[in-house]
Amino acid sequence: MADTAAMPPLSLGPASVASGQRHLLGIAGMTAAEIEPFLDLAESYALLSRSRKAPRDRLQGRTLINLFFEDSTRTRTSFELAGKRLGADVINMTVATSSVNKGETLLDTAATLNAMRCDLLVVRHGMSGAPQLLARKVEASVVNAGDGTHEHPTQALLDALTIRRHLGRLSGLEVAICGDVGHSRVARSNIHLLKALGSSVRVVGPPTLVPGALADLGVSVHHDMERGIADTDVVMMLRLQKERMGSGLVPSEREYFRFFGLDQRRLVLARPGALVMHPGPMNRGVEIASAVADSDQSVIQEQVEMGVAVRMAVLDRLSRGGYA
Amino acid sequence: MTTTVIHNVRLLDPSCDLDRTGHLLLRDGLIAGLGADGDVLPDDAERIDGEGCVLSPGLVDMRVAIGEPGSEYRETIASAARAAVAGGVTTMAVLPNAVPAIDDPALVRLLRARGDETGMVTIHPYGALTKGCAGQAMAELGLLQEAGAIGFTDGIRAIADTKQMRNLLSYARGIGATVVQHPEDPSLASGGCATAGALATRFGLPQIPAAAEAILIARDLRLAELTGARLHFGHVSTAEGIGLIREAKARGSAVTCDTAPPYFALNETAIVDFRTYAKLSPPLRTEADRIGVIEGLADGTIDAIASDHAPSDADDKRLPFAQARAGGTGLATLLGVTMSLVHAGSLSLSRAMALLTAEPARLLGIEAGSLKIGGRADLCLFAPDEAWQVEAGALPGRAQNTPFDGAVLRGRVRGTWKNGRQVFAA
Repeated sequence: MADTAAMPPLSLGPASVASGQRHLLGIAGMTAAEIEPFLDLAESYALLSRSRKAPRDRLQGRTLINLFFEDSTRTRTSFELAGKRLGADVINMTVATSSVNKGETLLDTAATLNAMRCDLLVVRHGMSGAPQLLARKVEASVVNAGDGTHEHPTQALLDALTIRRHLGRLSGLEVAICGDVGHSRVARSNIHLLKALGSSVRVVGPPTLVPGALADLGVSVHHDMERGIADTDVVMMLRLQKERMGSGLVPSEREYFRFFGLDQRRLVLARPGALVMHPGPMNRGVEIASAVADSDQSVIQEQVEMGVAVRMAVLDRLSRGGYA
Repeated sequence: MTTTVIHNVRLLDPSCDLDRTGHLLLRDGLIAGLGADGDVLPDDAERIDGEGCVLSPGLVDMRVAIGEPGSEYRETIASAARAAVAGGVTTMAVLPNAVPAIDDPALVRLLRARGDETGMVTIHPYGALTKGCAGQAMAELGLLQEAGAIGFTDGIRAIADTKQMRNLLSYARGIGATVVQHPEDPSLASGGCATAGALATRFGLPQIPAAAEAILIARDLRLAELTGARLHFGHVSTAEGIGLIREAKARGSAVTCDTAPPYFALNETAIVDFRTYAKLSPPLRTEADRIGVIEGLADGTIDAIASDHAPSDADDKRLPFAQARAGGTGLATLLGVTMSLVHAGSLSLSRAMALLTAEPARLLGIEAGSLKIGGRADLCLFAPDEAWQVEAGALPGRAQNTPFDGAVLRGRVRGTWKNGRQVFAA
């Protein structure tokens, strides 16, 4: 076939992409210079929140709608609190009470929200790309609060802020992300962010949950927990969804914990003082031992606190026209 | 009946190695004669100046889905016929996965008649391989064949069960029928919507490994040899799957296959930003697989190019990627996209036209796709270098879900004739 001239692929017209910087749809494609201002503002909001001095007038008169197509108490509450601390009118719409169950399409929902003059729309959806679809149709700024197995950008920002507060930097770190990485939007957003800021990421888990193709994201893939977390600065554990058991991906909780659970014996392989993180909610005794989750090295509670601060920063900046 | 002459054209018919300038005479719906440059044109004939364009047989498209019956809001036979003739297609083999499925002889006759009613295209229906295209009980293959079914397939579904596939092939062999398989292991493909690789990983989309194609092709090649049946794979899209077919042909197997323009003209990057118009089944593949398809076309492993026209309406596609309906329109762009292979030097014009005319006609066993004197005057006149831009929303026919939205194509149909009557003029 040496004489076959290889025709190049046809170029298509530009996709109708939602203008990225009015929305926060994902971390992929963001530069360090675009990410860091979110962290700086969030850090100041964390301090103001602690002293009960958050500026209540920042989002006064703005309407924030939390549109959740998937169950979530923690993320929804975090966005709700963030909006309220800045004075926004916050409405929660969840799938159980909305007309989505009555056959209304995502785009009809978008039209309805436009008519309600929503300013900030926080969306969680079980399908990758759903917030992008909405962002093309609504006038509000859209914040992706988790879409399918694609991205969860505010989680990555809050994880980054937590790391920066403890280790003083986000460059040159070795970070291990352990567990169900293949199905994890948290892992994807964290990988994009940590790499954009100059850190190295390893992903650790059995091949059914951590397929070798993840290396395409620029991470190193480990199927051995001890080697995967050796000499790391940060160990991020992911929640193992119960439905992975019985679907042929993992045989049992006890086998998973035996080989991939984070306990004290394994944690000592990481660097002294390495941070232990978890996006929550935890399965104690499945992916993480209680002794580790409650140890001095765990910053899991602080992640929750930084979550509110990061979401305040995101809502604030997007309401001011974005981050261009 | 008057005589018409289409003159000042490049006559191109790969089925008889015809490639020269001249003219073509039409009379009573048939091709009445071919002339060379300098021949005197008959005085009494109506003259059409071809302006130096190529005059080829009307295209034979061996893989088309239509919304009728059952999903007329997507496409009707009449709207599909308009799209077809705008693309130079005058004969189409139509998939049976309609609502109801084409699993009854009366439905086969209905589709053929509805095609004839348009006066623009001939429809050759495929019959359902299993009742309702549900993959369970064998359809009445013999009765369907008597009614005019041109082959048997469950359309966009592969026969999953190995023993059942063996029985279907075995029975089809008994009546001399061809079985057309969608080459994708249904279990590996289930729930997936993008080819496995870096892009699907980054976008967090459920993946289908390219090996799903090779696995099914390997199984069915073996079953075809076991039963002696005529097997055809529709829309092949991976280098590995095509490699298996290449080896089988070298062993003397009678297996054949087609591919569709998206698989040689686009790769997986077309789905970036969750572009649902580029969601196809099988999914768009990696660049290496796209090159593999071009190599399969160039070395003759792939026997035909079919549009794989699959109409959707806007609501089918305005959904999150994994929920959107798979498939793209292809009738109006079939020739233009195929011509990009010619412009790039991957195929000669003659070979490209063979893949769109004589070869699919041979595979289907029908009289079509040639400029034979005395044959039906189904013709396509096209300007091989004329550029045009594909625009979803401005395509002929009802369905607008083209995966080629925004692409600039070189090769434009100027006129189409069905049974000697002009049914399209640009």
